[in-house]
Amino acid sequence: MKKEKLIELVGITKSFGTEQVLKDLDLYILDNEFITLLGPSGCGKTTTLRIIGGFVTPDTGKVIFEDKDITSLPPYKRQLNTVFQKYALFPHMDVFENIAFGLRIKNLPEEEIRKRVGEMLDMVGLSGFEERAVTSMSGGQQQRIAIARALVNKPRVLLLDEPLGALDLKMRQDMQYELKNIHKQAGITFIYVTHDQEEALTLSDTIAVMNQGVIQQIGTPEDIYNEPKNAFVADFIGDSNIIDGIMIRDRLVHIFGVNFPCVDTGFGENKPVDVVIRPEDVMLISPEKSDLKGVVTSLIFRGVHYEIDVMANGYEWLVHSTKAVPVGTVVGISVEPENIQIMHKPRSVDEEAASVDE
Amino acid sequence: MTKMKKLSSVLQKVYIGIIFTFLYAPVVLMIVLSFNGSKSAYEWGGFSTVKYEALFSNATIMEALVTTVILAFAAAAIATILGTVASVGLLSMKVKARNAVTAVSNIPLLNADIVTGVSLMLFFAAFVTRMSSTTLLISHVTLVLPYVMLNVLPKLMQFDVSVYHAALDLGASPAKAFFKVVLPDIFPGLLTGFLLALTISLDDFTITYFTKGQGLNTLSTLIYTNRIRGILPEYYALAAIMFIGVLLLILVMQIVNVRSVPKGGKEKELSKKGNNY
Amino acid sequence: MLTNKKSIWLSGPYLVWIAGFIILPLLVILYYGLTTQEGSFTLKNIIGAVTDTTNLKATFLTILLAGGATLICLFLAYPLAMFLTKLNMKSKTSLIFLFILPMWMNFMLQMVAINVILEENGIINGILAAIGAKKMHVANTYTAVLIGMTYDYFPFMLLPIYNTVSKIDGDLVNASHDLGAGHIRTFFKVIFPLSLPGVISGITMVFIPAISDFAISEMLGGGMTLLIGNVVEMSFTKGLYHSGSGLALILMAFVLLSSLLTGNKGDEGGALIP
Repeated sequence: MKKEKLIELVGITKSFGTEQVLKDLDLYILDNEFITLLGPSGCGKTTTLRIIGGFVTPDTGKVIFEDKDITSLPPYKRQLNTVFQKYALFPHMDVFENIAFGLRIKNLPEEEIRKRVGEMLDMVGLSGFEERAVTSMSGGQQQRIAIARALVNKPRVLLLDEPLGALDLKMRQDMQYELKNIHKQAGITFIYVTHDQEEALTLSDTIAVMNQGVIQQIGTPEDIYNEPKNAFVADFIGDSNIIDGIMIRDRLVHIFGVNFPCVDTGFGENKPVDVVIRPEDVMLISPEKSDLKGVVTSLIFRGVHYEIDVMANGYEWLVHSTKAVPVGTVVGISVEPENIQIMHKPRSVDEEAASVDE
Repeated sequence: MTKMKKLSSVLQKVYIGIIFTFLYAPVVLMIVLSFNGSKSAYEWGGFSTVKYEALFSNATIMEALVTTVILAFAAAAIATILGTVASVGLLSMKVKARNAVTAVSNIPLLNADIVTGVSLMLFFAAFVTRMSSTTLLISHVTLVLPYVMLNVLPKLMQFDVSVYHAALDLGASPAKAFFKVVLPDIFPGLLTGFLLALTISLDDFTITYFTKGQGLNTLSTLIYTNRIRGILPEYYALAAIMFIGVLLLILVMQIVNVRSVPKGGKEKELSKKGNNY
Repeated sequence: MLTNKKSIWLSGPYLVWIAGFIILPLLVILYYGLTTQEGSFTLKNIIGAVTDTTNLKATFLTILLAGGATLICLFLAYPLAMFLTKLNMKSKTSLIFLFILPMWMNFMLQMVAINVILEENGIINGILAAIGAKKMHVANTYTAVLIGMTYDYFPFMLLPIYNTVSKIDGDLVNASHDLGAGHIRTFFKVIFPLSLPGVISGITMVFIPAISDFAISEMLGGGMTLLIGNVVEMSFTKGLYHSGSGLALILMAFVLLSSLLTGNKGDEGGALIP
């Protein structure tokens, strides 16, 4: 199924004062997809969302919506709605009036307003709360009202700015499922901003990982997790072992004095590279079966798995394993060739900036 | 759209400028004209300190100036001491009783000055004596007392009582603990209250008018009484001096306030970005 | 000493003070307002206060001028508060402080300064003469009193409005735009309702001192402007304590009632120093 490009950002830059927040950003968003802008605070994800929403005007570049340039279109003329970080519910209006706000602006007949607000309240499970003051509602309830207030206008796109940030853990997990359901029901595009990688992996069709105003990688959650493009993405998404290595030749990498077979090609010969290995991909075997030996220095039970630290040739490996290995045990380390990710060392200034801050 | 935005932003700044001018014109004018050698308001007669000389040699105005300043300092000092001691007492009072007391003490803040003035005048006339410098002082203390309370009582209520208990535990007497531990902590509130009381007293006209003794004048009442004589050259110099004086007082207050505010409100600045209504 | 039953006594002198110099004087006024010269009970002073034609004329003029000044202050201060909020200044406290500052020039000297600008041989007429235009006769008119009241009470309107407007979360405005409301509708549906407490507080803080004024009208109205405050003042300087008290009681009732209705506790005076 080929999907249409709905929104396109072309060459967007934005600075606040001397601080450049977005650097020549290109991004397109497909119709009906759930796309997440993921990154640490200050990476430019919220600014990107605000540019799409029309609250911030980019310094250069264009915002295109269904082939029309909407860069200078004010927010109240755009076919999209936003769920704000702290909900931004109108404190002087009750629940009903908050949700009805957009419909009243459109001067719809009272009857239709009642009907549509009622449907929305049903959807978010808040029927009967019409006349309550929004300030008396819990965080989760305010969250639902904010979503209902946006969706009642039947927007083409819903923008969500860290909508679960203010909720506690249990509530966040419940709301994640609910959001996924609402997305399916509404059948529209969701653009979601978060710094929580788990949330992003759970919810999204597509994830754009951002750092320092640049999109580092864009792809499905599986792609991003399994094939991180650089050390930043690898480090930001889940836990990883990021190791200095030398690419001996195609399909052979040298780390800690040991040659490991891998599947990557095209890195040249004897070139320094970053090697990324996920902790669950590290296998602990008996020492005589491996050239790389280490000693277990720590063992922590994490519920689904054990978190094990192994000191081998001066590097502390992080290993996730379902089997406990006592501290002090000498073990061999083995990794399947397809689980070894080879990445270029950062070279250019931009890549340098994009790499992990130590 | 962006052109419109720029235009409206320029117009807004122009508006801010106009109001600013409206507010400052009288002040700046008086200061500039205080150095004018000419008597006319709009003809520049060269730089001169003749109005200052006239002011300093005008015994009536100088006397009123001295009365104004002494009265302000005395009223502010009495109110500060009375208010601080009272605040310590109010702290032990039940919340309802305390609120009732502060509500009554705020009446002069709420009430029309003229009513406060005539009520004090009638009271003194009925029970005490003729108006004198004493009745004037009492009235000013009553006027500025709520301003002191508004600054001292909240500071005292924020004070962590366990610190005071710790001082007692370490062997300090209650009085010593108060002066060594509590007072330094609430001092900024005390000072702000004192300075605010000072400015309110300096600026007052109505209360003074009704409660001063015969022949006694503060600057405000003197200017009022002399209103038929028109604008004396001395007033320009007086306005300049008074404004600079009060400006200094307020600057001190600002510094005291800034120092006593805990740091760390910076992150709010950032969240304001993208606020474009 | 702190939070200890015995220390309640420390507030003794203060309690005596407010009983003696706040409550008692008000009771004295109440007594005078409800009695005749001979000391017998009467409602004549109160009824007289609201039926006397001079008083009614003065009341009408007072409401006209005080109400006018309040409205002018409101319409000048509201946009100013909004524009000041939008300025991306680092230190907003000092900025608003600048607009409050002129208020602290001595009140009487402010009146003198305004006279210097408005009077027959004042600045404005000097400028008008220089460019060959006709003189304006503003001094000693109702207009001069209106200008004086507006100038004197403007900060009391600006400060509470600014305090509420500047605290409105920018995202509420963004949310309104997001839901399709343009600038004008956003103002009337979101910004203005949220700033209402400040507006009400500003109105009380300007209107109440303005209706009880007698000095501004004397200084700038040239003795021709008879406001309710002037009537009260004259009654007392002429020794007509009983009828003056009747009028003062009505004035006080109005002031305290409106403070009660608007929830003004009077503690905003302390906020004049930012």
